[in-house]
Amino acid sequence: MTAIWIVVLGSGVATMLLKAAGPVLLGGRALPARLNGVVTLLGPALLAALVATNTFGADRALTLDARVIGVAAAAVAVAFRAPVLIVVLLAASTTALARAIA
Amino acid sequence: MDGRTDGEGLTDRERGFRDGVRSVVPLAIAVLAFGVTFGVLAREAGMGVVAPIVMSFTTFAGSAQFAAVAVLHGGGSAATAILAAALLNARYGPIGITVAPAMHGSPVRRFLHAQLIVDESWAIAAEGDGRWNPRVLMGAGFGIYVAWVGGTAIGVAFGDLLGDPARLGLDAAFPALFLALLAPQIRERRAQQAAVLGVAIGLSLTPLAPAGVPIVAASLACVLGLRRRSAA
Repeated sequence: MTAIWIVVLGSGVATMLLKAAGPVLLGGRALPARLNGVVTLLGPALLAALVATNTFGADRALTLDARVIGVAAAAVAVAFRAPVLIVVLLAASTTALARAIA
Repeated sequence: MDGRTDGEGLTDRERGFRDGVRSVVPLAIAVLAFGVTFGVLAREAGMGVVAPIVMSFTTFAGSAQFAAVAVLHGGGSAATAILAAALLNARYGPIGITVAPAMHGSPVRRFLHAQLIVDESWAIAAEGDGRWNPRVLMGAGFGIYVAWVGGTAIGVAFGDLLGDPARLGLDAAFPALFLALLAPQIRERRAQQAAVLGVAIGLSLTPLAPAGVPIVAASLACVLGLRRRSAA
């Protein structure tokens, strides 16, 4: 019971500090111009890595499972400029269908 | 809504809090479903009713919460669970630096404002030129916050009525969500290169490093931005 609350408290404090460090320490100040180009590319780099690791990653291993089919369907929907909710629903339903068939 | 139209169609007017809320609604629905999943799994892992909800209130980061609960459930120590959560959220260090110039007011105010940073609100608030819109971040973060905490509460309360989340394909919804957020950000060549490098780093480290580390390492791909722009 106590271990649970230690984790709740510890992960809460750690996450709050990680999120706030930049804004509290550097808030309101413009970044050096040279860093601007770096900062612009953080979004593409991080989001792409999140897509890939959430599609192929499983507990310290790379796997191919039904998620791949769902994300592929999502990619097609994104290419056709479908609304985000459609993209997400399509991914989930395609993956669920693939699992049901398998 | 379509993430692509935002930030492009509204050049005549600065986006505000309401635009953030409006843009985030489709994402918030997905996050709500994930909150429900978290509530169900946390309860099954023996966390009780209150602790999962408090965790969603305070940690407010999906993957980190799932990881911490999984570690606890697997018999890991509290320290290991906290470390896993901190590693998975370490990306919020660099993410926080990107939005820092847009955050004004007292340190306390900036601290609270920063708590609304999550992947989704950060992506929606991006203006695409290395600037972030603080009001959009607040609106979008608020929407995600309500959905995440509300979803957790629903999952904890009614979890028994729902089946296995994997059966519903919910584990494919998150990469799809990130893909939809990524698409409008990779129109330029340099952004595409950073995305490809981020994927390469993230995937190659996945079998080698603890969860969270590959994502933080992938953020290093943004140093491509230090190169001078090519003539093209």
